Amino acid sequence: MRVGIIGIGMTAFRPSTPEYSWKELMFEAASRAYADAGVDPRTDVDSFVTCAEDYYEGFGIFDEFVPDQLGAVLRPTCTIPGDGLQGLANAFMQIQTGLVQVAVVEAHSKASDVLTLDGVVEHALDPIWNKPIEMHPFVVAGLEADAYLRASRTSLKALAAVVSKNRRNGLRNPLAAYGADVEEEQVARSEERFAPLRSLDIARPADVCVVLVVASERAAKKFHANPVWIRGVGWASDSPTLETRDWAGATYARLAAEMAYRHAKVRRAATEIDFAEVDDRFSYKEPQHLEAIGLARKGEAGKRALKGEYGPDGRLPVNVSGGSLGCGNVFEATGLHRAAEVALQLRGDAGSRQLDGVKLGVAQAWRFVPSATGAVAVLGVAR
Amino acid sequence: MIGAGMTLFRRRLQETPKELCYEAARMALDSAGLDLADVNMVVSGSAPDAFDGVHMKGEYFLDGCGGYRKPYTRVYTGGGTGVFSTIAGWWHVASGLADVVLVVNEEKMSSCQPHPQSVFANIWDPILDRPLKPNLVWIFAMEMNRYMTVHKVRKEDIALVAVKNKRNAVEHPCAQLADPNITVDDVLRSEVMAWPVQRLDISPPSDGAAAVVLASEDFIRRRKIRDRAWISGVGWAIDSTMWTNRDLYFPEYVARAAKMAYKMAKIDAPRRQIDFAEPYDPFDYKELHHLEGLLLADKGEAPILTREGVTQRDGKLPVCPSGGLLGVGNPIAATLGMKIGELFWQLTGQAGGRQIPHEVHTGVSQAWGDLMQYGCVVVMKA
Repeated sequence: MRVGIIGIGMTAFRPSTPEYSWKELMFEAASRAYADAGVDPRTDVDSFVTCAEDYYEGFGIFDEFVPDQLGAVLRPTCTIPGDGLQGLANAFMQIQTGLVQVAVVEAHSKASDVLTLDGVVEHALDPIWNKPIEMHPFVVAGLEADAYLRASRTSLKALAAVVSKNRRNGLRNPLAAYGADVEEEQVARSEERFAPLRSLDIARPADVCVVLVVASERAAKKFHANPVWIRGVGWASDSPTLETRDWAGATYARLAAEMAYRHAKVRRAATEIDFAEVDDRFSYKEPQHLEAIGLARKGEAGKRALKGEYGPDGRLPVNVSGGSLGCGNVFEATGLHRAAEVALQLRGDAGSRQLDGVKLGVAQAWRFVPSATGAVAVLGVAR
Repeated sequence: MIGAGMTLFRRRLQETPKELCYEAARMALDSAGLDLADVNMVVSGSAPDAFDGVHMKGEYFLDGCGGYRKPYTRVYTGGGTGVFSTIAGWWHVASGLADVVLVVNEEKMSSCQPHPQSVFANIWDPILDRPLKPNLVWIFAMEMNRYMTVHKVRKEDIALVAVKNKRNAVEHPCAQLADPNITVDDVLRSEVMAWPVQRLDISPPSDGAAAVVLASEDFIRRRKIRDRAWISGVGWAIDSTMWTNRDLYFPEYVARAAKMAYKMAKIDAPRRQIDFAEPYDPFDYKELHHLEGLLLADKGEAPILTREGVTQRDGKLPVCPSGGLLGVGNPIAATLGMKIGELFWQLTGQAGGRQIPHEVHTGVSQAWGDLMQYGCVVVMKA
């Protein structure tokens, strides 16, 4: 059974949103998605999925606070404490069972409400082995960046090129929070943070809410939608233990992509896929993920980035939205934003950043430090 | 469902969350006769991260659950997680994406000092509720009071549920608070927490883990697996966050979830077609409340059925033959062991001393969570 995205709703990415609560952000994005899909949540939607983690939300049980603003009162609703793409995968499965015809997936970030964001992330470190070291959790990213750069012989200049590209891409996305005309030299001169990462290598937090309406082919017809088909989904986890995981190769992304490509019957991702939105919450993650999901050969993503191949006019446009570096780090909403962006491009609704003639795109996300979990969705339209 | 396992439930266990997950997962796989290599995907369930004190705790214990290098997802619907993770496991298989799914639920409440109740200080609306400094016991006292007032229920009849479940738990090898000699008087004389809730009306905080193995019909046939029970209906529903705006005497959200599950299971007369039930019983009145929500009793009738012995293990509708949360313990999500696990063991004749003496073909399990707003229901058949 084919499953497609029939409604997209997003708020703008913003460094802080003092006039809106997280509930109001959800209401706004959901209203837009429902209007886009032409559905009434109270009668047309069979299942609601929210992607949220308690610590980011500042609640003991965040699931409690989901239903009212989504129109989900007295309806099947659940929380997936995971990335938005994992939520999308679960909605996809619910529809595949035949029990659900239309599902809604929501993910958001209200990072500006969190007074101690670093402390929250630190609480994800193993309480026995790692937390007692009292390191900043981004040390994990610094160590991983070092491992990746050495193993793939990628240069720091390539990372600067990624930052510059994505910040500039952000300028063409009216929703992005951190679009800026950043020179590569500026990245190299920015403050050293978690060696080899500098301050401009790290995506800054933002608030956003993203809502997608997903439907079976039959339901999509009923709503006269022009769906973007979910051709394949995949998700996977490597070892959660820092000491026993693959530091260089982002195995979680490779496994998730293999699964998604298998479903999508994509045999040669590098030639079949037109464009990609991959997780770049630290600059090195973009080339690392591109290699892991088979869009670049090992050790080549950095070189291709330097040649400009991943720019909006390049051979494989990557993070045309601006990615996390340009839009902001939106935590569990990262993957859902990427899926929304790919869907907008495929529908031809990406405005001034629209790519020409794209038919198949991939969205990929990771669950941020210190996790080794990620998900991939392959989206396509028939043309 | 082809396997189930659970650890001991205790107030304080020495094992880490990862180790608890591992033990439950290992037992469930052993019971199904499978290895981790047979498992395609893993689903985990756990309630507040703040109990373990670990952010993204689903990531933290995923290797204990067998999720290493597999598609792995955690689901979380408050107390409803005890049954909900099985529903999520079901859609992994029923979608055709997986042949075999391992579902592992864990809770380690003892890490939370001085008492896990303090986590519940952070579950309220920060503007409307939190300034009142509520805790769970007193809002449930309000709900219990409302239920008793509307239906003119006597406290003695509610105490019978605690007595029944703590006695049923005597036969459960994992039980934390089994008591073969408990009487209604013991319950009525126990310390008052927030009237009408007394100490013995409440299930204890516990540590523990439980796991089940789900497989496709095709896999079960191919491997010629005999000990299996079929998931024939699933349903779930959430009510408004604003619990103050609802009449608490009836759990409409449970009724919605039950109707969804019964429709899928082709059950139109639940009282005739369901042989036994494992409703969520963290408080004794909740068993009654939920039996009515599950449409197994009319509104206000559940205390009467209890008084008449209908819900005893050898009664016409055995309820919580496992001993429930009141007898076995309440490690929130890990109550999977009594709710879903018990259905599997009863339907496959593996419940030992807890086996219902007459033949049973259809069981229903239900969990409850969030701010008195979440209901999820699973119907299983032999």
